[in-house]
Amino acid sequence: MIGRRTSWSGTWRGAVAIARPTVPAAIVLNLFIPLLAFGVATAHAKAREVAHATAQDSAAGAAERSARSAPMPPPLAPVDVRVADLPLDEGGAVLVMWKVPPEAPAGSIASFVIRRSMTQAEAASQRLERRKASFEAELKRLETQGVAPEQARTQAAAHAQREVPSPVPGAPEPLQWIDASEVPAAAPGAEMTTVVSSLDPAQEYQFMVVSRSADATEAGAAPSAAVRGEPGLFLGKRIYLLGWILFISGSVIGFILVARGGRPMRIRRLAALEAVDEAVGRATEMGRSVLFLPGIQDMDNVQTIAGITVLSRVAKTVAEYDATIEVPTARSLTMQASREAVQASYMQAGRLESFNPDSVSYITDEQFGFVAYVGGRMVREKPAACFYMGCFFAESLILAETGNSIGAIQIAGTAESSQLPFFVAACDYTLIGEEFFAASAYLSGEPDQLGSIKGQDVGKALAIAVIVVASLALAVQAIVPQWGIGSVAAFIRSTLTS
Amino acid sequence: MKRLIPLWIAAIAGFTVIASNFIPWTLSMGDLVTTMFNVLAAVAYVLGAASIAKVHLSKLSAKRPGWGYSVVTLVCFAVTLCVGLLKVGVRPEPLSPDLSFSGSYSEPGGAIWWIYEYMISPITATLFALLAFYVASAAFRAFRAKNLEAMLLLGTAFIILLGRTAAGFFLTNWIPPDTFGGLRLENLSIYIMQVFNTAGNRAIIIGIALGVSATSLRILLGIDRSYLGGAE
Repeated sequence: MIGRRTSWSGTWRGAVAIARPTVPAAIVLNLFIPLLAFGVATAHAKAREVAHATAQDSAAGAAERSARSAPMPPPLAPVDVRVADLPLDEGGAVLVMWKVPPEAPAGSIASFVIRRSMTQAEAASQRLERRKASFEAELKRLETQGVAPEQARTQAAAHAQREVPSPVPGAPEPLQWIDASEVPAAAPGAEMTTVVSSLDPAQEYQFMVVSRSADATEAGAAPSAAVRGEPGLFLGKRIYLLGWILFISGSVIGFILVARGGRPMRIRRLAALEAVDEAVGRATEMGRSVLFLPGIQDMDNVQTIAGITVLSRVAKTVAEYDATIEVPTARSLTMQASREAVQASYMQAGRLESFNPDSVSYITDEQFGFVAYVGGRMVREKPAACFYMGCFFAESLILAETGNSIGAIQIAGTAESSQLPFFVAACDYTLIGEEFFAASAYLSGEPDQLGSIKGQDVGKALAIAVIVVASLALAVQAIVPQWGIGSVAAFIRSTLTS
Repeated sequence: MKRLIPLWIAAIAGFTVIASNFIPWTLSMGDLVTTMFNVLAAVAYVLGAASIAKVHLSKLSAKRPGWGYSVVTLVCFAVTLCVGLLKVGVRPEPLSPDLSFSGSYSEPGGAIWWIYEYMISPITATLFALLAFYVASAAFRAFRAKNLEAMLLLGTAFIILLGRTAAGFFLTNWIPPDTFGGLRLENLSIYIMQVFNTAGNRAIIIGIALGVSATSLRILLGIDRSYLGGAE
């Protein structure tokens, strides 16, 4: 083969011909041949190494394959399976406990599947689904055969009934199982627990724990006794929340009792509420009405109730000044409550004859329909004072800007933090958040009510303390993580979000 | 007695709802109270309708200025009520084709759906769109640099406005992102919103939560009766 090879330097015959090339070709060949020889030798060595390695690999692979192909021992069924109602929950959850069999070979159990029995309703629903699927499939088959639609439906319904028959009345239904959850297996001998939730607290369930190997071979323990996920006496996860509520409520009640004992309670001045008399007086002088909006929500919103408490004070002042008040509302119940409050205020002021029931009217539940009415009325009748006290949304700025454009003195109060900037920008005075809720107590001047505001301040002091402690804990954790003080912040967070 | 019974009803309903958050077996009672409120609110619609009719009919009979609008209101009210109750244009449920009233009143294609889709919805959207102009006029007034606080507000608003638009990016994209990237307007805007704004907002929300607690307690214990028109 060498002798017949063709080269750039010409054709030569046999290995001898190599010794007789031209000079440059000889130099190149003299360099090339040792390189070629070295290359061939290296390649051979590499090939030997690769062959050796491959042989080793294949030997190891074969050993592994043989190990894999060796029959794994079947998973052993879990032992000591117990099922109990989860205590202190809202119901519908049970605790399933079992032990990984101590004699189970390592790796023989990949996971445990927890199965629960189906309720009669679930079984019926499943039966219905299967029957529906059978009906659809048969209907399709009959229609492709050209059977008339009505006849096809009748035949398909009969077929589905035969395929998935209804249980015999009175006869016990066979127990059907459904996978509730699957948990990875722990070490042999370990105790395992899991919570199965989303159960119907009124139904009884049986549970079965099944060991499952990597190749999906299963071995199950006997089904448990029937258990019901009954609601506990108390929700354990909300214990901290209850603690917070009791502390704040306790401090509020405590300060109410202190105030009843005669200790004077000093509340800082709220400019917005000091301006109520001024606003109503201005309306009286100008001969215009006072407009009061108790928000656009119903009586199940605490802001509406707070708004109506302020309304009763404003209405009393209006009655005393012999001015007029207009209270358009966006909910029928709010209208009724507002009407009662205004009427009682007129009665307290000794001017019941001046009370006009139609001054408190229902407009519409529709948010912007209400805005259109109120805005139009404001522009037409130009009330001298506008009060916005309650829950407002996007309409807050439209109302406040309209009031501003007619030159009314405007006092607002809301707990909708997203609407506060609009009221602050467009109104003369704004009760921000908690000030709004304190307004009623402030205006009443009653010791009981003022005491409740003091109690509320205790809650605020506690909130500040918690914030400071949690912030410091997080800061220290960031600087010196080995102290592990971040757990304090984690604990605070868990108690607040429980 | 007129005040006492409502107070007891409020206290029982309120404490039941609170208990239903902590005691599971009272959960159904809490739901019952909520359902009762909804029923009450539904019944109160009759009072609302009566109020509308009374106000507008009296305006109409007295021929007060704008009585024409009262006619429009009453006609619209009657028409909407009738087409809703009679389910005009509503097809029966496919499963109950023989029952002509089986379809939902708000089903697409029905008269109520048409009124909502082609009248209420566009009018509402138009009114909502006006908000943009109100925001502009309120911002113009609020951001006048009258004193130091107003100047700070103006400066902050300026940063937020620019930082949330493309202008902010183009104005400060020359700032090296690795060393002084925080000074870019879009980053400053995020920082202000996440730190200063969130902190202030949360402080207000904590105050509101405490205020709601104290107010609820005052109402449930009957200390604050002003929403019922004061003490008897």
